[in-house]
Amino acid sequence: MSRMHRDRLTTHASDDRNSAGDGAQNHAQSRQKEMRRHERFRLLIQLLAAAFFNGYAAGFLKGKIFTGKTKLLCVPVLNCYACPGALGSCPIGAMQAVAGGRHRVSFYVLGTLMLFGTVCGRLLCGFLCPFGMIQDLLYRIPLPKLKIPRRTDKILRYLKYAVLVIFVLLMPVLTAGPLGGGDPWFCKYVCPAGTLEGGIPLLLKNETLRQSAGFLFSWKCAVLIAVLLGAVLISRCFCRYLCPLGAVYALFNRFALYQMQLDSARCIGCAKCDAACPMALDVRKELTGGECIRCGRCKAACPADAIGSGFQTGKIQNQTKSQS
Amino acid sequence: MSTKCKWVLRLGCIAAAAVCILIGIWRGECAVILQKAVKICLECIGIG
Repeated sequence: MSRMHRDRLTTHASDDRNSAGDGAQNHAQSRQKEMRRHERFRLLIQLLAAAFFNGYAAGFLKGKIFTGKTKLLCVPVLNCYACPGALGSCPIGAMQAVAGGRHRVSFYVLGTLMLFGTVCGRLLCGFLCPFGMIQDLLYRIPLPKLKIPRRTDKILRYLKYAVLVIFVLLMPVLTAGPLGGGDPWFCKYVCPAGTLEGGIPLLLKNETLRQSAGFLFSWKCAVLIAVLLGAVLISRCFCRYLCPLGAVYALFNRFALYQMQLDSARCIGCAKCDAACPMALDVRKELTGGECIRCGRCKAACPADAIGSGFQTGKIQNQTKSQS
Repeated sequence: MSTKCKWVLRLGCIAAAAVCILIGIWRGECAVILQKAVKICLECIGIG
């Protein structure tokens, strides 16, 4: 082989390698771009939802809450009805309000949750929940992150079901007398959303409430600080381990109308979906399970367009990006 | 879970949800919720 020919072949091979490298780099960049676009879109939806559920802006200025009739409707997310801006009722608070009264079980709230759960599942956690949005934003703070060992993580996830059964369903009923009067245990001792959205804004504006704050308020602030710190270190920490509403929706997630689907034939096993998942799931195994909040980050991160999502009114329209 | 099974569950849940909501309204639960929601919930904000 002449030297010139050998040089030419070497140059061609190096060109091929360079172009392959450039292609991979371009692909990775386009994925990153896609992820940023998706996250901007999701944040916009979360902000709009938070503004919609807390649309009574005057309440924040006056230190008073909204008293209109829309409050008999439950919102589909954890949004405290003591928040000055809240236009609807928190389903978890409403369930305890009825359970602590004469009726013990709230069919109205149960039915509402079944409806939301069957249609959307945990899509509501990923896209609409204001407290979820706060956690997403906190996790963006550039501090070292905690990685919970998989086994511990799996066990801890059952905590939210315990919170649902003990604090939301049982204790308000057990502490109620024959005429009611049971305490809303979850709201009173655990709910960090109530302290953040309701307690702090109201106490800042209302002198009388400020003077009444005692040990319970300090306890609730401590819980709030722990949860917020947890959210900085562990992605969606409250949603994963403590949220009783997430536990309810998790029961419906497997068969909800909104589904995500993995096309195993397209999957290249790169695990980029796992790295992108805020719930730290093994996406290829747990995509259709109860823990996925349907945020769509895995879909945006997938270089092979192997993940599809949508309302399952027939077959899920997969891989829209590659088809278009 | 098969697609047929999922559809049975979905339709069953939606029907059950509608029945539950109607029973709740009939029992006057909405009034209880409204009554609680239009006053500042002292437990929720940590006053007690």
